Amino acid sequence: MKRLLIAGVVLAATFAGAGPVLADPVDDTLEIDGTPIITRTAAPEGHPFDELYSGWLFRESETRDLSRDSFENPGMIAVEDGEALWNTVMGTEGKSCATCHEDAAVSMKGVGAKFPKWDADSQKPINVELQINKCLTEQMGAEALPFNKGGQQELTAYIKHQSLGLPVEMDLSQGDMQSWWEKGKDVYYTRTGQLNLACASCHETAMGKMIRADHLSQGQVNGFPTYRLKSGLTSLHQRFRGCIRDTRAEQPKAFSDDLMALETYVTWRGTGLSVETPSVRQ
Amino acid sequence: MTRRMKITLGAIAAVALSTAAIASEVSPETVEFTDDGVAVSLTGVAGDPVAGAEAFKNRRLGNCLACHANADMAGELFHGNVGPELDGVADRWEEPMLRAIVVNSKHVFTDETVMPGFYSLDAGKDVAKDFVGKTILTAQQVEDVVAYLGTLKE
Ligand code: HEC
Ligand code: HEC
Repeated sequence: MKRLLIAGVVLAATFAGAGPVLADPVDDTLEIDGTPIITRTAAPEGHPFDELYSGWLFRESETRDLSRDSFENPGMIAVEDGEALWNTVMGTEGKSCATCHEDAAVSMKGVGAKFPKWDADSQKPINVELQINKCLTEQMGAEALPFNKGGQQELTAYIKHQSLGLPVEMDLSQGDMQSWWEKGKDVYYTRTGQLNLACASCHETAMGKMIRADHLSQGQVNGFPTYRLKSGLTSLHQRFRGCIRDTRAEQPKAFSDDLMALETYVTWRGTGLSVETPSVRQ
Repeated sequence: MTRRMKITLGAIAAVALSTAAIASEVSPETVEFTDDGVAVSLTGVAGDPVAGAEAFKNRRLGNCLACHANADMAGELFHGNVGPELDGVADRWEEPMLRAIVVNSKHVFTDETVMPGFYSLDAGKDVAKDFVGKTILTAQQVEDVVAYLGTLKE
């Protein structure tokens, strides 16, 4: 508490004075257990920014340090829980994920970096969570996991963690991905709620600024599920819903068309950044 | 209306009083913007700068500190910098313009501004149930905040 108070006084003094204001992403590099992580990269063509920054660059040094080391990263417990689930038989067919996919370190390497993907069956993009549900219902004779329940986040974290360090690269040429990208872009720039703010108001126009105690990042998705120090493991759609709630708008349902379109578009906005799952946040 | 008719006689006087107070309030839809801003008080009741300071910092009211640093509130934790510092803001703007900025800054800056309209129903899509048809601040809270801003001179 005392530290917080002092930090607050320092912050207030910085803002009140003419001195430089904390604004830009920090100048720091990330390696996780020896794996180099791309936290800055040139933006893809047609992107509003020239350079993309991982949300990691906007966090305090103590928080950044927790991401560097798997033993310190509290999100790694979820990854371990996900590994246990991977090897657990679920459903009536007597299968676990490992029955079909064997060693995730081999079979899942790079997989998480390429979602959302086009799903020909539903004619929609799907994310890792929905792919898990497809496997559960279509291959394993199990029930689909409800949003954020039954180990959904842990399994997602485990699968994405197998792509640690690999660049995010979606294939927009699949199926109708391009039109979902367009729809997601609409959602991104549409102002919502009583506060009348769009994603772009905070993560594009005000990127790098402080909103109260929060340093506004580009709102990148490459660290998800993330581990938030104040609330634990956080899935991407939970974060989307939280940001939308903060505009005082009704929250769309997880995995709804709007949020799948948004995930498609926002994932593209982070093309080339390394997967950091599970990245640590304040 | 039907609900009001069910209220007991004793309460009617109180209701009539508060209705009278509200009747003299300018509604969000009828606020008049001129080149000088919003010249007329929204309530006809002088703003209270002390209440205004509270509305300014309170996260559930103006939460102005989310976006604006303000040296006058150096004792408060965490000042944002999405918008400009408000030190000396009363030297830069006259009262009608300050009122206009708080009511709906989109009329003063551009439609692109990130600053919410605090006494406007011109909101975004899918406003949460609890906030439909409501402004962020009441007319009197706007007057109070404007009175407080008026004290920020250098
Ligand atoms: C009122 C401001 C505001 C709005 C509007 C907003 N966000 Fe955020 N968002 C934040 C803050 C504050 C954080 C936490 C700090 C950070 O990571 O930028 C955050 C974090 C995020 C993160 C996590 C980034 C990370 O590295 O962990 C994502 C993803 C995100 N937002 C996406 C969105 C999307 C998509 C929208 C629109 C649907 C949106 N946000 C709207 C304020 C906002
Ligand atoms: C979400 C961000 C945000 C919030 C919350 C916010 N503002 Fe602003 N404000 C801005 C921005 C941004 C500007 C600058 C105009 C622009 O660039 O669009 C601004 C400009 C102003 C100005 C003009 C300053 C100058 O020096 O010209 C005043 C006065 C002001 N705001 C007062 C307030 C008050 C009072 C509140 C709360 C009741 C408030 N603001 C809440 C973002 C915000």
